[in-house]
Amino acid sequence: MVAPPAIETRALRKVYRTPPPGMLPRGKAAGPVEIVALDALDLQVRAGEFFGLLGPNGAGKTTTLGILTTRVKATSGAAFVAGVDVVTDDVAVKQRIGVVPQRPNADRSLTVLENLVFHAAYFGIPRPDATRKALALLESIGIADRGGAKVDQLSGGQQQRLMIARALIHDPEILFLDEPTVGLDPQARLDLWDLLRGMHREGRTIVMTTHYMEEADRLCERVAIVDRGRLLACDTPRALKSRAPGGTLIELTLEGDAAQAVEQARGHPGVLQAEAQGSVLSVYAERPGEVLAQLIRRLEGSGRIVHDIHLAPPSLETLFISLTGRKLV
Amino acid sequence: MRAPVPATRVFLALLARDLRVARREIVSFLVRTTLQPLLFVVVFGYLLPRMGFVQAGYGAALLPGILGISLALSSLQAVALPMMADFGWTREIEDRLLAPVPIRLIAAEKVVAGVIQGFVAALFVLPVARLIMGPIEALSFAHAGTLLGITLLGSLAFSTLGLWMGTGIPPQQIGLMFSMIVAPMIFFGCAYYPWQGLTPLPVVKYAVLVNPLVFVAEGMRGALTPGLPHMPWPLIVLALLVMSAVLWTVGYRSFARRAIS
Repeated sequence: MVAPPAIETRALRKVYRTPPPGMLPRGKAAGPVEIVALDALDLQVRAGEFFGLLGPNGAGKTTTLGILTTRVKATSGAAFVAGVDVVTDDVAVKQRIGVVPQRPNADRSLTVLENLVFHAAYFGIPRPDATRKALALLESIGIADRGGAKVDQLSGGQQQRLMIARALIHDPEILFLDEPTVGLDPQARLDLWDLLRGMHREGRTIVMTTHYMEEADRLCERVAIVDRGRLLACDTPRALKSRAPGGTLIELTLEGDAAQAVEQARGHPGVLQAEAQGSVLSVYAERPGEVLAQLIRRLEGSGRIVHDIHLAPPSLETLFISLTGRKLV
Repeated sequence: MRAPVPATRVFLALLARDLRVARREIVSFLVRTTLQPLLFVVVFGYLLPRMGFVQAGYGAALLPGILGISLALSSLQAVALPMMADFGWTREIEDRLLAPVPIRLIAAEKVVAGVIQGFVAALFVLPVARLIMGPIEALSFAHAGTLLGITLLGSLAFSTLGLWMGTGIPPQQIGLMFSMIVAPMIFFGCAYYPWQGLTPLPVVKYAVLVNPLVFVAEGMRGALTPGLPHMPWPLIVLALLVMSAVLWTVGYRSFARRAIS
């Protein structure tokens, strides 16, 4: 028997009505404002896959995760987790998943250890087992000595790791993480990446949202790029990057307005595209090393001074910009 | 694949969590919910009778009412206040919403936790109030079963009210709503005077029947001072059952709306 995909969504759509009907001020003729958070989203994630949902704020990533984790009701379409419909059998879905929220939301009435032990109890794990697992998890996330502490006494990074420990204590098949590294310092982010890689090696399916290109690129086997509730592309990071058009992006900061330099750059061999924004000249080129040297010579030959140079190789970022015309962050 | 967890087991784990938190906060909880009723007992059940402003027999009407207020406030607050925090900015309730049970059961567990805390407050207030007032002639503990029954029904009505208030009222209005609902409820709840006493004022007598506290206080009178006049039992039981059912329905609807967007 072929195992069902870990995640499957079909034409998933979510429309939020703000403000909710009935709470509109009296006498206002205008109907409720509708916000389309998801528009016909189709996704498939294989069992055991490390999958990323990449997009800017408001792309619909959190809504997608909300629906898959039974906390948001889709307006139309269908969603399945491990082959189970999230609407008709939310209990069976909840049993299979672990969720790391965007903002740490540990139970502040309980201690750090109690957070884990009680969460395990909600999944039917007997207390001695739960305590043993909780202590091991606290050890693995580096806060073994903080078990008796109040949640508020933990740092932001520690609270985030506690959320991961909580999501793992009942040993879920599928782990959902919503922008888990937002607000973490660089070291904490790297530690978290290691933790996630380890969990993936154990065979767990991981679905993570992020708006960091690098994170999606480094961690995920496949990445879905979403924007304004729509799926723009879905592939391995390598395949996506190869689709990034226009080669390497060269940014030159000039003295004075860059607009006049655009024509010069466009006529240059090897340059695919050029545009100016203030004093910055952006050039997409196939052979960046060669083009850059020639371009600088040519600009300086015509009396321009180059203050700064920035090179961006083809990346998810340049792909995203070409797909949406906008920057990610 | 793992076997599904029995719902009763999850329910008990959720309840254990609430009781753990409640036990930790028991002192502040009792102070919050019983200090005011007990101070009322000191003034109207101890000081004024001894000054001669209040007839000595007033204690018999007051004690059951005080018990009613205490259990009403405790059950109401035991559900409403945590709900407000849980559904607040951080949505701490999410770890419980992710528990593998239907969310209806999670709301029901909150109500049961509220009922238990109503019992605790009643158990605490009854002996303390009796001690403050001194001997009360009409008081009888012969109907302990009835007393437990009315405590259960009363706590149920106020826990479900707490579910509705804690999830249905926008957080910025909660202070105002508490003042506007709870204060009139206490003063028009026939806690400080028996319902029969309102007979000369028929409009008031029937208007107060929207207030669940009336039935709790009258039920307490029926259980503790059966010799004195009180509302007929069928009316008390029916009213509390109907009110609990209605409040559970609206309370759960509002809980579900907050839990699932």
